[in-house]
Amino acid sequence: MNTMTVHDLEVVYDVLADALDKASAAKAELFLVKLALLSAQALGSAQTFNELAQSALQDL
Amino acid sequence: MHQPHGEPRRSIYFNYQVFPAYTGAVGAPHIARKPVVVVGAGPIGLTTALDLARHGIPCVVLESEQQVSEGSRAIVFTRRSMEILQQVGVADRVSGMGLPWNCGNSFYRNQLVFRMESPQAPDDRYAPMTNLQQPYLEQFLAEAAEANPLVEVRWGNRVTALAQNSDFARLEIDTPAGSYELDTDWVVAADGARSAIRTLLDLKLEGTSYEGRFVIADIKIDLDLPTERLAYFDPTWNPGNTVLMHREPGNIWRIDYQLPEDETPEQALQAESLCERINAQLEMLGFKDVPWEMDWSSVYSARALTLSDYIHERVIFAGDAAHLLPIFGVRGANTGFQDCHDLVWKLAFTLKGLAGPKLLPSYTDERVSAAREIIDEAGKSTRFMAPPTAGYRLVRDAVLSLSLTQEFVRPLYHWRTSRPHDYAESVLNCPTDDNDRFAVGPRNGALLLNIKLGENDYLFDRLGACFHLLYFTSAAFIPDALLAQVQAIRSSGVPFQIIAVTQNAQTRVVGADQLIEDTSGHIASKYGITQGGAYLVRPDQHICARWHQLSAGQLHTAIDIVLGKH
Ligand SMILES: Cc1cc2nc3c(=O)[nH]c(=O)nc-3n(C[C@H](O)[C@H](O)[C@H](O)COP(=O)(O)OP(=O)(O)OC[C@H]3O[C@@H](n4cnc5c(N)ncnc54)[C@H](O)[C@@H]3O)c2cc1C
Repeated sequence: MNTMTVHDLEVVYDVLADALDKASAAKAELFLVKLALLSAQALGSAQTFNELAQSALQDL
Repeated sequence: MHQPHGEPRRSIYFNYQVFPAYTGAVGAPHIARKPVVVVGAGPIGLTTALDLARHGIPCVVLESEQQVSEGSRAIVFTRRSMEILQQVGVADRVSGMGLPWNCGNSFYRNQLVFRMESPQAPDDRYAPMTNLQQPYLEQFLAEAAEANPLVEVRWGNRVTALAQNSDFARLEIDTPAGSYELDTDWVVAADGARSAIRTLLDLKLEGTSYEGRFVIADIKIDLDLPTERLAYFDPTWNPGNTVLMHREPGNIWRIDYQLPEDETPEQALQAESLCERINAQLEMLGFKDVPWEMDWSSVYSARALTLSDYIHERVIFAGDAAHLLPIFGVRGANTGFQDCHDLVWKLAFTLKGLAGPKLLPSYTDERVSAAREIIDEAGKSTRFMAPPTAGYRLVRDAVLSLSLTQEFVRPLYHWRTSRPHDYAESVLNCPTDDNDRFAVGPRNGALLLNIKLGENDYLFDRLGACFHLLYFTSAAFIPDALLAQVQAIRSSGVPFQIIAVTQNAQTRVVGADQLIEDTSGHIASKYGITQGGAYLVRPDQHICARWHQLSAGQLHTAIDIVLGKH
């Protein structure tokens, strides 16, 4: 799998935080689910997506 | 004493006929015995009775009510249902009055986000869907039953008890003049969603009851909209919920809308609530001041349940008595027609002593697996139309939002309509034929493909209550050995017809019962076959064997297998 540089990760960090604020608290969940679906489409693999979902479920 | 509703039901578009109650057997000195008693004169019970009559089997239909069903109920009939109704002789009346259609649309925020057109293939007689109110369909079936000397419908007869014996069942029946008993070799329980027979046998349905509840309202209104399926997701007047609209004959429109979570059916059916919501929907569509009149309303819940076995000693379940399916995808009645068409020939052959031990049980195998497959598919539609949990709701809402701009999520709007089941795993399929060596054509277990033969002339029109061998040939006669085998099958009592599909412009094929001309090769190419090849078709039009080169011995084997003897 491709890994992001630390710089890229920092960009993603800010983009995500800014977008969440822009979406507003009331729409944050909806925004995140839309983003997850778009990311899944870009990822092109239901299996990888499932693995990512399992990782994200850890330590909630 | 049973007191069925004696006044004609109220309807804007349908004149209810109250049939006289049957009381003739009350006080009779002996208990009569019948080969088959069908409980319930709904669409499935009546179709079963008419289908049995085609096979020469007489039956009694016991119906608690004295008139057909209240309200439009099932309004969308699939092509396959029409083909089955054609076999029992009422399809012309249904298509004469029904509205054919083939397109469905899904809207979100006033934007058309998904449109599906089911193909109207030139080889099909019927449209993918036909809309007609259930009382009309039942009336057509009831009239056909009344006219059929082999069918006796006993209106106003309610089954109240059932006792199973080794080779018959005894029913206790209540009528407006008292009760009587009736013995029968077989009971077909087609007594609907609240099946009394299911309760009497203490049988439980397996599966899920979803929370989503829908109001169904029929209104009379003149709307300039096509006959297409219209689905509105998350409309402003009913946030988060789904609204469906269908045109019915006679300027009647069906509006289905989901109830808000915290509302009871009683609250939802109050006149002011109905009126306000229907007006809101009409206003959203730009029909604010168009006058309308209410015909009927009810509340329907999305359930996906089935019995795990449809045969319990002498009792056989079909239709809603056997399974409860969500209305999305029009699966209620449409699944039931396929049940009874699968059952009837097997039951008829069993009664005539032609069946091996596996024939009747294959009804349960084929139809329970069909129901489970439908439940699985319907579950997907239901989870999209009426999300059952917060998680499903969130993902569904995300899809709605994305669908305004993102093509890739739009197929999730697909509503997976009822379709003919493919019995690929059936024990009745021949395991030693050439099925796996065909590159095209319907496989074993699948439904035969209809073919347009001429103006108002289709292959399915030619099919009767028997096995058919579609034999592709360019010779002027059926080979002697094959014909001798067919004669042997017939003399055992099995009805069997050879349909010769001629490829050489022959005007006669000696030994064939029917001739279909195929010099263009259209049929042969659709079936992936050349001369000397054949398809063996069950009396319910499903395929059970196919060969590139058919020999008499192979036909013998296939017939033994399809009769459940192996
Ligand atoms: C309110 C409502 C709305 C619906 N809307 C749709 C829809 O939009 N689309 C769709 O596809 N389907 C719909 N359905 C489902 C559809 O109507 C059924 O799938 C269909 O009627 C099933 O046919 P059936 O013959 O199996 O049962 P039913 O039509 O229910 O027939 C059963 C018959 O058995 C009789 N009976 C019951 N108990 C006894 C007894 N003890 N003795 C004798 N007779 C008895 C009943 O009176 C009835 O006539 C709806 C159903 C309801 C109730």
